[in-house]
Amino acid sequence: MRTFLLIFAFFILVLASLLIGVKQIDWANFNSIIESGSLVFKVSRFPRTIALILAGVGLSVSGLIMQQISLNKFVSPTTAGTLDAAKLGILVGLIFFPGTSNFTQMSFAFLFTILASLVFMQMLKHIKQRSLIYIPLLGIMFGNVLAAIGTFFGYRFDIIQNMETWLIGDFSKVLQGNYELIYISLPAVILTYLYANKLTALGLGEETAKSLGLKYNTLVFIGLISISLTVSAVMITAGAIPFLGLIVPNIISLFYGDNLKKSLPYTALLGATLLLFCDIVSRLLIYPFEIPIGLTISIIGGIIFLVLIRKRIRYA
Amino acid sequence: MITVKDLHKKYGDHPVLNGLNIEFPKGKVISLIGGNGAGKSTLLSVISKLIDQDKGQITLSKEDITNISHKDFAKRLSFLRQSNFTHIRLKVHELVAFGRFPYNRGKKMSKEDKQKVEEAITFMELDNIANSYLDELSGGQRQRAYLAMILAQDTENILLDEPLNNLDMKYSVQIMKTLKKFARKQGKTVILIVHDINIASQYSDYIAALKDGVVQHFGTTDEIIKPRILKDIFDIDFEVILNRGCKFCLYYN
Amino acid sequence: MLKKRIFILVGITISIVLVYLLTLVGNNPDYVIPKRATRLAAMALIACSIGYSSVVFQTITNNRILTPSIMGFEAVFILFQAFIVFLYGDKTFQVIEQQTNFLFSVVLMFGFALILYFALFRKRQVHVYFLLLVGLILGAVFKSMTSFLELVIDPNEFAFVQRYLFASFNNINTNLLGISAIALFISLLIGTRILHKLDVLLLGKEQAITLGINYQRLVQISLLLIAIQVSISTALVGPITFLGILIANLSYEFIPSYKHRHTILGASLFGIILVVGGQYLVEHLFNMNTTISILINFVGGVYFIFLLLKSRRL
Repeated sequence: MRTFLLIFAFFILVLASLLIGVKQIDWANFNSIIESGSLVFKVSRFPRTIALILAGVGLSVSGLIMQQISLNKFVSPTTAGTLDAAKLGILVGLIFFPGTSNFTQMSFAFLFTILASLVFMQMLKHIKQRSLIYIPLLGIMFGNVLAAIGTFFGYRFDIIQNMETWLIGDFSKVLQGNYELIYISLPAVILTYLYANKLTALGLGEETAKSLGLKYNTLVFIGLISISLTVSAVMITAGAIPFLGLIVPNIISLFYGDNLKKSLPYTALLGATLLLFCDIVSRLLIYPFEIPIGLTISIIGGIIFLVLIRKRIRYA
Repeated sequence: MITVKDLHKKYGDHPVLNGLNIEFPKGKVISLIGGNGAGKSTLLSVISKLIDQDKGQITLSKEDITNISHKDFAKRLSFLRQSNFTHIRLKVHELVAFGRFPYNRGKKMSKEDKQKVEEAITFMELDNIANSYLDELSGGQRQRAYLAMILAQDTENILLDEPLNNLDMKYSVQIMKTLKKFARKQGKTVILIVHDINIASQYSDYIAALKDGVVQHFGTTDEIIKPRILKDIFDIDFEVILNRGCKFCLYYN
Repeated sequence: MLKKRIFILVGITISIVLVYLLTLVGNNPDYVIPKRATRLAAMALIACSIGYSSVVFQTITNNRILTPSIMGFEAVFILFQAFIVFLYGDKTFQVIEQQTNFLFSVVLMFGFALILYFALFRKRQVHVYFLLLVGLILGAVFKSMTSFLELVIDPNEFAFVQRYLFASFNNINTNLLGISAIALFISLLIGTRILHKLDVLLLGKEQAITLGINYQRLVQISLLLIAIQVSISTALVGPITFLGILIANLSYEFIPSYKHRHTILGASLFGIILVVGGQYLVEHLFNMNTTISILINFVGGVYFIFLLLKSRRL
């Protein structure tokens, strides 16, 4: 029943995402659909909806993998400095190699996220205090540090305002021809699904995973690469989308448990649904203008997260 | 004397203490036994004012403990938890000196304070490592250092959550003997959680057996160490052997 | 050993202060020296407040990595600054006087902290980390709102916001300095009275309670003092996020004592050395081309990563 509702919500939202927009589509006049409508669809609505779905799926699955690897329910791209690392990477790319393609900048973002993830994992190894909240707190501090390093360069090159604004999550600029990099997250997600069983075993801890005969380090590395690819691809197409990778896996885990083979599809579906929902809210709230989705999701996501930690803390 | 009446405590929706009643006699060594999750640690935490109960009353010499300030309470009851961890670099004698905090509140140490600290260190055979840092010690040495702190606190009631954790047989025996001496000579009440049923049988005056958040059985050691009662608590078969006036429990088969 | 180390630190502090005060005075000492002395007073005050609040914060949260800034104070401050620039544009400084802005900022930050504490501490036995996490999430939401405002603010007007993004000692309003000094001084004075209790807290919450500490009250008082100090110092000069981590950890490493009166003294002295030294560099080497907070955040940030990777006592 729950599953059915979720699928139903997803398709309704996909439809809504395709239909809502400043450019009214005159359904009565069939010719206009063919002339202007299909163009709007092809250039803007369709790419936007696809980008939303892929970003939603990619980020929530990334969050899920991070939580398996770190054995902590509150670790996610938002709370491990991953988003900030991707931002820093793009900034470095922009400053030192200006005017290069999106792909080059995404490569920088990828490089920095993978490095940051490795640093974070290294750090996890010698933290004695394995409290549920302490590790994400450290992760956020780590993210702040990366942001501060970015600011150091940003100030020198006088691009603070650009830095602050251009990476706020926003799908309104997604158009045919500039969003295709987000497809890179697709193989990463498929890879995750293929490794689902093994990743579930990672959730039992390094020792257990090793004694079950898994190549722990290789698996972790595969996980980190897939996370970094996804986060960088979403970052370059749409900007920073906070909280999604944090809340979606937590909601799913409350309902469906932590067996990835089972929970992964739901995580992906809910991630896409939630992001579509936030995007539609962003588009409608001050219609015909738009609020960046980065703001919407951080408010909606923030509230959901606070409710979630209350629950988790009670059961912990 | 510590009296516990109708104590209730829930964690979330999960009840841990379900209307627990017990009266701990003064000047005795009392062991708490019971399976995992029976509520032993929670009971000690509530008695030592670390967590609040949902319902029920605890009195210390007929005084409700909620009416006693933390400051005064610390001079009358001490509690050592199961796992102890500090991230600061502290020397053994500095740790033991903290045991006197309830008396001097961090001001200068009086002559009596210094003497109690010295005694506790000597008693726990920590003299030669008194100037070592805690993080350089083995688990057992650290445990002894914490026990020395509790000794220095010099309270009439001492609560210990698995104090024998990390200790080898020699120190386990030594500490149990010490606790017994405290009860005999100085009239202190010692309440401790023990997992080794034979240690409990050997050294305690009374045993309280907890199950599902209530005291299932309570009595002198002799009354509790019986196959029927032990089976009721732990759900496995016991054989009790009498040897030189002491009861030993066998439960492996 | 302890005395010697503190003596060395005091010595370095005095030398740096003198160098800062007397370098290149030129032929107008009557003008330059009082101006520098004012800045110096502000720097010393800020350094002590950040030293105190960071060390105490780390004690009550039982770690060496977090600083009060994580609770979202700075996010509130910056959101407010972005908001008034968004409202008034380039007329901001004509509409709102510096004093009014200062007052509002302090009230907002302090109010934020109070609401947070009381909303969460009304229910007893809430873990401090929970408090931090809530503050932090709200901070993240505020940050997104700021980003949104910055998106709609005219680039020419953005310069006004940027002024507040980074701490600066270059133009301290002397009126504000007076009031802040009194408030900070009083809070530090009250703060010294709880130091011996905080020493016990180093053994962990449970052990401290069994040694007779009223934990709930001690944490409340500490957080209150921290809120006062952070609000005032941020409103006065702007945010210096990573100064706290830097000086607290330098002090733990250099000062061979666990006692708060020693570690806080050490952190404050390191704070003065770094801030005054940094300001000296900004004035004479960078020709005001960067700000002290960006410099310190950069150094502090790198040091933080080093701590994460090397420290065995996280």
